[in-house]
Amino acid sequence: MKPAPFDYVRPASLREACGILAADEDARIIAGGQTLVPMLAMRLARPSRLVDIARLDELRGIRAEPAVLTIGAATRQVEIERNDVARRALPLLAKALPWVGHPPTRSRGTVGGSIAHADPSAEIPLVAVTLGAEIEIANASGDSTTPADEFIIGPMLTAVMPGDCVRAIRFPVWSHPRIGTGFHEVSARQSDFAFVAAAAQVALDENGGCIEAALGLGGVGDRAIRIDVSALLGTAPSTAEAADIVRAVLADLEVGSDLHVSDSYRRRVAVTLAVRALEDAFAEAAGKVPQ
Amino acid sequence: MKVSLEVNGRTCEADVEPRKTLLDTLREDLKLVGSHAGCEHGVCGACTVLIDGEPARACLMFAVQADGYEITTIEGLAPAPGELGVVQDAFCETHGLQCGYCTPGMILTAHALLNRNAEPSREDIVDAISGNICRCTGYGQIVEAVELAAERLRKANVPRNERGAHPNAPVNDPAAEHDAPQEGVLEAAEADTPHGGRW
Repeated sequence: MKPAPFDYVRPASLREACGILAADEDARIIAGGQTLVPMLAMRLARPSRLVDIARLDELRGIRAEPAVLTIGAATRQVEIERNDVARRALPLLAKALPWVGHPPTRSRGTVGGSIAHADPSAEIPLVAVTLGAEIEIANASGDSTTPADEFIIGPMLTAVMPGDCVRAIRFPVWSHPRIGTGFHEVSARQSDFAFVAAAAQVALDENGGCIEAALGLGGVGDRAIRIDVSALLGTAPSTAEAADIVRAVLADLEVGSDLHVSDSYRRRVAVTLAVRALEDAFAEAAGKVPQ
Repeated sequence: MKVSLEVNGRTCEADVEPRKTLLDTLREDLKLVGSHAGCEHGVCGACTVLIDGEPARACLMFAVQADGYEITTIEGLAPAPGELGVVQDAFCETHGLQCGYCTPGMILTAHALLNRNAEPSREDIVDAISGNICRCTGYGQIVEAVELAAERLRKANVPRNERGAHPNAPVNDPAAEHDAPQEGVLEAAEADTPHGGRW
C-alpha cells in the first residue's frame, strides 16, 4: 500500500498548473486526494507527477449570481455542507452531501474532484446531472464550459483533455418560492458507494400545481442519468406516472450486475427510490407557504 | 523534499519523498506512533488526525501537502504527560475500547465532533464515527463514551471552538479569570455524575 514514486509540484496559479499538465501527459491533478490517493496506494494509477491545486484561491469558494451558484472546483465538500448561502441556493446538493463518503473524507474531498473522477455511483455528479449544471474547464489556451451530462462520458471517464483542469461547477438555482427536494440511496453500509441513488427537485405554483421537476438516477448505468419528467408538469403533484416513466427509461438502459447486487435488483430499487425521492420533494414543496 | 509540519503545536522538520504519506511521516520521522496504520487506503479510519481541527485520514494525504496546517495527533490531546483528555478518559470509563487499534482515530473524530456540537444526538455520533471501523466493541460502548464525554465537557464550562482547544495548552475563558479552574476539571465533572459516570 505504498504509491510508486512521483514528483510533486504546487503551482502558484491555475495558468501555471495547466501549463504543467499540458507539458506532461502523465501528470495528474491532486486536490483533496480522497479518491486519487487510494488509487496510488493500490498502484492503479502511476502518475509521473502530482500537480497540487488544493490551495489555489482562484479555484476555491462560491459565487452567487442570478439563477446560478458557481462552486470553485477545489472547494472542500465540508465547506459547502456548512455554507448557508450554498445550502439555501442548492437544497438538493445540501441533501446529497451527507451521503458523500464520511466526515473525515468530506473534510478533504473537493466538489470538483468528485465531478472530475466521474464515479457512476457518486452523489455530486448525480446532483450536477439532475439539475443540469455546467462544468467550467480551464486550459492554457482559454476556458470552456460543458454541460455536466456531456462532461461525464462513462465510468471514471470525462471530456477532460491533456492540459485541462476543472475550474468550477455552475449549478442552476431555481427561483421559485416553493421548492422541494428528495434524495435516497441504497448501499451496503451508510456512506459506502451507492448501489442506486435517486435525486429529485420539484417546484410548485401557488395553487399546488407542479411547474418544474427534475429527477436523476445514479449507480444504474455507466454514469448518472437525468430522467425526463416533463409529463409531471402542469398537474397536481402525483408520482403515479413516475414509476412507469422510470421503468421505461431503465428498459432501454444497460444496467450492470456486480458481486453485491444484480441488474434486476438495481432496476427495482431504482424505480422505488425515484418514486420516494419525488414523493419527498412534493411533500416538502407542498409544506412551504406560497408567496 | 523538505517539509515543515505544525504537529501538536510544535514545528517539526522532515526530509521525505513526495510519495510518503503524512501517516508514515508522523510515525517514522516524527516518532508519533499513536496514529495507527490500518488499511492505508482510506477505508478504516485508524490513521485519523485533525487537520485545522477537522478529522482527516493521514494515509490519504502526503506529507508534502501538509505544511502550514495545524495537525493534531492523539499525542496532542492529553492535557499533560501521563494524563488523559476528557474524551480519552470517557473511553476508558465506558470500556469504549478492547484491542485499542481504532481508538486514537475514534477519539480524534469524537473530539472534532464535540468541538462543533456540544449536545450531539446518538445519530450525530453514529454519523461522525461512521468512517472509523472497530472490529471489537460493536460500537455501543464507543457511542456511550462520546455521550459521556459530551456531558462532561458541557459541565466543565471550558470554552470550545471549531478548531478545537490548542493542544497541550490549558484553555481559559479570559472573561472568567478567577472562576475557570486550571486543574481538576475531570474531578469536578465526576462529582456531578452519579457513580462517577458509570451506569
